[in-house]
Amino acid sequence: MADIPLAPDAATTPNRSAGKVLVASQWQLMWWRFRRHKLAMAGTVVVLLFYVVVVLADFLAYSDPNSSEAFRSLLPPQPIHFFDQGTFRPHVYGLVGERDPATFKRIYVPDPENKIPVGFFVPGYSYKLFGVIPTNIHLFGALEGRTEDSIFLFGTDVQGRDIWSRLMVGTATSLTIGLAGVVVSLFLGLLLGGISGFYGGWVDNVIQRVIEILRSIPTIPLWMGLAAAMPRDWSVIQIYLAITLIISVIGWTELARVVRGRFLSLREEDFVMAAELAGCSRMRIIFRHMLPSFFSHIIAAVTLAFPAMILSETSLSFLGLGMRPPAVSWGVLLQQAQNVQAIAISPWLLIPAIPVILVILAFNFMGDGIRDAADPYS
Amino acid sequence: MLSYILRRLLLALGTAWAISVLAFIIIQLPPGDYITTYIAQLAADGTTVSDAEAAALREQYGLDQPIYVQYAKWMGQVMRGNYGMSMEWGRPVADLIGERLWLTVAVAIAAIIFTWILALPIGVYSAVRRYSLGDYVFTVIGFLGLAIPNFLLALALMYFGYVFFSANIGGLFSPELVDAPWSGAKLWDLIQHLPVPAIVLGVAGTAEMIRVMRANLLDELNKPYVKTARARGLAESRVILKYPVRVALNPFVSTIGYLFPYIVSGSIIVSLVLGLPTVGPLLLRALLAQDMFLAGAIVLMLGIMTVIGTLISDLLLMWVDPRIRMGAR
Repeated sequence: MADIPLAPDAATTPNRSAGKVLVASQWQLMWWRFRRHKLAMAGTVVVLLFYVVVVLADFLAYSDPNSSEAFRSLLPPQPIHFFDQGTFRPHVYGLVGERDPATFKRIYVPDPENKIPVGFFVPGYSYKLFGVIPTNIHLFGALEGRTEDSIFLFGTDVQGRDIWSRLMVGTATSLTIGLAGVVVSLFLGLLLGGISGFYGGWVDNVIQRVIEILRSIPTIPLWMGLAAAMPRDWSVIQIYLAITLIISVIGWTELARVVRGRFLSLREEDFVMAAELAGCSRMRIIFRHMLPSFFSHIIAAVTLAFPAMILSETSLSFLGLGMRPPAVSWGVLLQQAQNVQAIAISPWLLIPAIPVILVILAFNFMGDGIRDAADPYS
Repeated sequence: MLSYILRRLLLALGTAWAISVLAFIIIQLPPGDYITTYIAQLAADGTTVSDAEAAALREQYGLDQPIYVQYAKWMGQVMRGNYGMSMEWGRPVADLIGERLWLTVAVAIAAIIFTWILALPIGVYSAVRRYSLGDYVFTVIGFLGLAIPNFLLALALMYFGYVFFSANIGGLFSPELVDAPWSGAKLWDLIQHLPVPAIVLGVAGTAEMIRVMRANLLDELNKPYVKTARARGLAESRVILKYPVRVALNPFVSTIGYLFPYIVSGSIIVSLVLGLPTVGPLLLRALLAQDMFLAGAIVLMLGIMTVIGTLISDLLLMWVDPRIRMGAR
């Protein structure tokens, strides 16, 4: 990368004068370089969309995620038909229950005669928008009859709960746990990694050994042990916090390693020495001079830490040791798909796996892009 | 060199100790102690335990003593090979874990071998034919491999096996051989069943390894000694395989260290989906039933296994790369 130190993206934007590049801030340069990374940009858009879902989860859902009903158990996904004889009139077909004459199993057949119109901004179950504004308006729903009994975009699970709606709410849980886990890990990583890198000596030695030990322990058994110790009568919030802490136990080590490495290499830089000679205080050197120059690297490490966090929660809940019903998360949803027979009969139970894979891919691409852009002067 | 080995050994001992403390914490965490659960269980079966018997049991397990004494006692028992009794199964923990532990190791090693066999040639190919169609294809597959959680991959494979071949691809043995004593036929059966779990567990590691191998080899290929070798008229395959690949091989050895705990850890959850007779399902059951001696022993054994695996990889690396011997303080 030695050939483009002054004009990071002269190739893509020929009209930008070289002078503009020279006076551009570090963040401006990073943004220009990041923008060239198409996959990273796509990943960022996907991640942002996912967090839009997090914020608007209940608005995007149309059925109460915990409303169960035996008679609509394991309904297959139901397509929305947008046009009715040439005019735009979204509707779904009503379902008629029948007995399979051969197996006597109850099956549901769409009835093209019974068209249930679907509309936007329809009242449904009550919730609090952004956690504060009480409302019952949802993005879409059935215009006639109860939405709960009419629309099954992604089908229903064994208890007859709507998978689309549960997926929306579960996305909120899984992605905020990931976020909280990263925040806790970041705090611990910055603190311990910073101490380790800045002071060096025996403190550094002790912290490094602790990291090495933690990293050589198989994580899932450790998490399982810790998670199984949570009392059965804990509330959803308590379990939520406990899971966050459990997945951060290992998560901070990688961030601490990055922070320490940066501190070690920066300590030797001339500008740090200059600041010291100019009589700056320790705190000023760290926060005014050192932190800005490795902040971007930390953002990259944080982004790349997300997938592991999300996956941890999903795995634990999948095993039945993480979030428990009535809480909904991706892992809780996938619990329904634990055995082959269930999936073979109702493959739509695997739909919640798609957002898991998508979001992990998106975070990986985004993190790769930030890591490449992190050092705009290289 | 000796001091390096010594340092590694000390670190391994330290790690083993830390794991034993963690395992003990896991045993201690649930409310109540082992005897309360035990008595409750006996009472459920209709057997009553007198206070004297309970006190005797508590004394036998040293539960009336301070926590550090309990830890020391537990460790003392463990050192002598006595891992306690599983309350759920009513059998010694060692009996329950025995074979399952070795099968866990077998699955992990199969996954590592799979990772190597695949990652090495693909990594070399991707580096030598950089930006070719094949390189892009492998990069995409690699990213997908990293992004798909292994238990989901296991589920998907099971599903496809079920739908397209109407076969159960899970398990480690054919049904008729599950309870058979060990024999050549059973070993062969095991080897035939290993590929599926090996693929499921190895895919993420393979993707990672291909990227590392590709990046390392690309660095090496630009060095003057490669040019020299070419200038002297060595065959291209020899130019690449003889020196740069050998140097780029380092991460393969050095990563067993964390690949091993990672794969063992993954095998726990994958075993549940694929129905493998490893320690995974046993651990989950033990934890759900609060059968803490069994759970603690499994966590301890898995931890010790990974410590040994890491130690071996460190020593291997020292043997492969002389620079590490020199750099040893």
